Amino acid sequence: MNEATEHLVAVGRLDDIPRQGARVVRTAFGDLAVFRTADDGVFALRNACPHRGGPLSEGIVHGRSVTCPLHNWVISLETGEVEGPDHGCTAVIGVSVADGVVRLDLSRLAAAMAVAAE
Amino acid sequence: MTARKLLVVGNGMAAGRVLETLFETAPGAYDVTVFNAEPRVNYNRIMLSPVLSGEKTYEDILIHDDAWYAANGVDLRKGARVDAVDTAAKTVTTADGTVHGYDKLLIATGSGPVIIPLPGHRLPGVVTYRDLDDVDAMVAAARAGGRAVVIGGGLLGLEAAAGLKARGMDVTVLHLMPTLMERQLDPAGGYLLQRAIEDRGIEVICKANTEAILGTDRVEGVRLADGREIACTLVVMAVGIRPATALAKAAGIAVARGVVVDDQMRTSAADVLAVGECVEHRGACYGLVAPLYEMAKVAAKTLLGEAAAYEGSVTSTKLKVTGIDVFSAGDFAEGEGRQEIVYRAPGVYKRLVLKDDRLIGAVLYGDTADGGWFFDLLRGGTEVAAMRDTLIFGPAFAGAAPLDPTAAVAALPDDAQVCGCNGVCKGTIVKAITDKGLTGLDDVRAHTKASASCGSCTPLVEKLLVATLGGAYAAAAVPPMCKCTDLGHDEVRRLIVAKELKSIPAVMQELGWKTSCGCAKCRPALNYYLLCDWPGEYEDDQQSRFVNERVHANIQKDGTYSVVPRMWGGLTTPDELRAIADVADKFKIPTVKVTGGQRIDLLGVKKEDLPAVWADLGKAGMISGAAYAKGLRTVKTCVGSEWCRFGTQDSTGLGVKLEKMMWGSWSPAKVKLGVSGCPRNCAEATCKDIGIVCVDAGYEIHYAGAAGMHVKQTEVLTLVATEAEAMEIVAALTQLYREQGRYLERIYKWAARVGGDSIRAAVVDDLDKRRHYAARFHHSQRFAQVDPWAERVGGRHAHEFAPMAALGIGEAAE
Ligand SMILES: Cc1cc2nc3c(=O)[nH]c(=O)nc-3n(C[C@H](O)[C@H](O)[C@H](O)COP(=O)(O)OP(=O)(O)OC[C@H]3O[C@@H](n4cnc5c(N)ncnc54)[C@H](O)[C@@H]3O)c2cc1C
Ligand code: SF4
Ligand code: FES
Repeated sequence: MNEATEHLVAVGRLDDIPRQGARVVRTAFGDLAVFRTADDGVFALRNACPHRGGPLSEGIVHGRSVTCPLHNWVISLETGEVEGPDHGCTAVIGVSVADGVVRLDLSRLAAAMAVAAE
Repeated sequence: MTARKLLVVGNGMAAGRVLETLFETAPGAYDVTVFNAEPRVNYNRIMLSPVLSGEKTYEDILIHDDAWYAANGVDLRKGARVDAVDTAAKTVTTADGTVHGYDKLLIATGSGPVIIPLPGHRLPGVVTYRDLDDVDAMVAAARAGGRAVVIGGGLLGLEAAAGLKARGMDVTVLHLMPTLMERQLDPAGGYLLQRAIEDRGIEVICKANTEAILGTDRVEGVRLADGREIACTLVVMAVGIRPATALAKAAGIAVARGVVVDDQMRTSAADVLAVGECVEHRGACYGLVAPLYEMAKVAAKTLLGEAAAYEGSVTSTKLKVTGIDVFSAGDFAEGEGRQEIVYRAPGVYKRLVLKDDRLIGAVLYGDTADGGWFFDLLRGGTEVAAMRDTLIFGPAFAGAAPLDPTAAVAALPDDAQVCGCNGVCKGTIVKAITDKGLTGLDDVRAHTKASASCGSCTPLVEKLLVATLGGAYAAAAVPPMCKCTDLGHDEVRRLIVAKELKSIPAVMQELGWKTSCGCAKCRPALNYYLLCDWPGEYEDDQQSRFVNERVHANIQKDGTYSVVPRMWGGLTTPDELRAIADVADKFKIPTVKVTGGQRIDLLGVKKEDLPAVWADLGKAGMISGAAYAKGLRTVKTCVGSEWCRFGTQDSTGLGVKLEKMMWGSWSPAKVKLGVSGCPRNCAEATCKDIGIVCVDAGYEIHYAGAAGMHVKQTEVLTLVATEAEAMEIVAALTQLYREQGRYLERIYKWAARVGGDSIRAAVVDDLDKRRHYAARFHHSQRFAQVDPWAERVGGRHAHEFAPMAALGIGEAAE
């Protein structure tokens, strides 16, 4: 395996995630939310809203954004950044989907979760 | 120079194109032998559908006939399957055991249909759709008539369905996903496609999970996971293709999803090349001919020792069903930094996706004439900023200076049709405006019918008003539902009913949504409207619900949930209380609290524990209290005449009856009731959405109260003498609100908007209307009164309650 793929960890199948929905992946450093868009794009974020830590996995997925279930901030699935007038950012985790298997890039997980948690 | 020996395994479209290129460039460079498992020459596989439908014959679709092979000195072995390759000895072995040596070997085995190993999949009458034999089998089956079930609503499945229909069979398409051809089309395109397929008399069932193929000696039917059975004489399995890699794999050649090749189409084995659907190049496998042709050219050059590189392909898809025009290309997913341009008209849907001023994806339905042009822009990476505004209209408009929209409308010819539904032309509208002195949209609707039906031409009509009247016209400001549409809530509700729209994609398409799949504002609203308007028919879209309604519990600030079981009218029993206490202990629930609505709230429940908590509560007879719902919450009661010395009526009993009647109903916003036994009003009924205050003479019905950020006393609707009348009016009132309320609008706001008089007229004064609304409420309750907790204890939506994976520290660390 090469440099780019050695940190990829399989977490389940694409079909495990409902379209326009999300699932949670628990890790030693905190929860991740893995999203699937209407067109089968898969994204992973730290499962904590930049506002007050709301579980983004429970939000409504639309386009490539998710609306936080607690106070309706809208977060980009691609950049983890808050859209619109509010500000903030949550950590983005790399995802690869091949043959229906979803793999997360956990190479910088500890760092990402630590920074995001500050 | 003596010609070297080239062996080709597989004689499909890719192999054929390699040979053509080879013979054109360097005839005689190789002495070629071709082995083909199919007992025939090379034919155009993609034209099998016209053969199936009877529009073409096998002879029409031949690519190379026997004479061609002879002329090029090719030894074509028909019906000869290659069983083994020895890359060290450089030989292949065919099924009859003969061994052939090679200098170069070309693997072009294509792919095979995926067969789901359902019970009964080996029964006679189950076919796949890949080659001429399959077509022959289908044509033979069609002669006997009956019903065909096609499993798979992708390109192949739909072509098979159309072909079988053309051959006179009844056809049902079963598709696992919510919309057809979901890989190539977005939901709007899939919706239109489904309508067109159904218009041809083909039945389409989406979200259909086939469980078994039925029959003893041959196919007799299929059964779906939900228990439905469909009788049929033919089953076509068209659920996907898989690269045919077994031969290469057994020979020790590198295989991932397909046979791995480099940019020169070389495999991991020396002197072995591969092309076509069987290969994997830079991680991609292809299932269309265009990329295979590009690969074939490169493979031919590599065989001749010339430099050439294949760098992957952008593909486009078209469905070959006569009369249905579908085109899609590139990446049409939404995303950050991407803009979409959507155009909708009756039967037409076009969507372009741009990124960095370049076209990266396109979906066209109904009018695909510009597909080729878009595809060229897409492949060429052409900068389109300058023509962005007119891009969607195709090359005819490209490059022309972008018109200001009003000027563009003014420039339309008089006979240009503006309103497709009522067939009204521009000239008619302008004439009506000037002759009759019309000043507004409603006038135009009244006089010409333009925009009076589906409303999607409203913006055009408004622009005509502006163009004709100039500054004198001021558009009525109906606030749109959200940024996805110009229509307001009421207009959308009216059109859902008028046009019988029964799914979210249907609403978005027919009402001209400006985004492809809505946003977090419109989706929950549409989901409610559809649920309210089509009880028993519309299937709730879980992903368009807020989390509380999706998991049937209230999310708390720390991500835990609160659980409130129903206590009818606020009554409980020692057994229920014991069960609640046990649950609190067992699941270490930190807080137990009595709510304002006379219920018990268990706070701090972990999401994973929810189904188990519900299971225990369910065993004690309790169901969901719907404390999370935009729907009926609680009926609060006082003790009334049963115990209280002031009580005039049985307020507790009526409260229980009302709650039994109304539980499970969804509404635009939450609905809380209160029933007090006398005007002392201990149940605080006069600040509820609907309240009943019992008096000696009967039941005073109140409504439109609120006690939230806004506190408002109820208004009196009427006084009735009997419980039965009170219940009928409450049912009618609730239904009227369900049908007229805008999503998230509480009863008091709805009442202020539509006016108390109109409400009283409908549910009090006009007895027929009252019965009508009450009956509609009861009808919808037949489908709504299913305990969601029991369903989930039974396993429904299990994915909601469990993490997808839990990773240990080892996996998560660097
Ligand atoms: C009904 C239908 C409609 C289609 N419509 C379209 C369309 O509209 N547009 C589009 O671009 N594409 C379409 N396709 C896909 C297109 O036909 C394929 O992409 C293309 O045919 C693949 O070419 P190939 O040479 O790789 O494989 P194939 O054409 O499948 O040829 C492979 C051949 O190898 C033979 N073979 C396999 N293993 C062995 C072995 N061990 N020994 C000897 N022979 C072997 C097989 O019998 C087969 O004849 C359609 C396909 C089907 C079935
Ligand atoms: S509202 Fe009247 S009947 Fe009910 S408890 Fe109070 S005083 Fe008694
Ligand atoms: S925590 Fe997400 S919006 Fe407040």
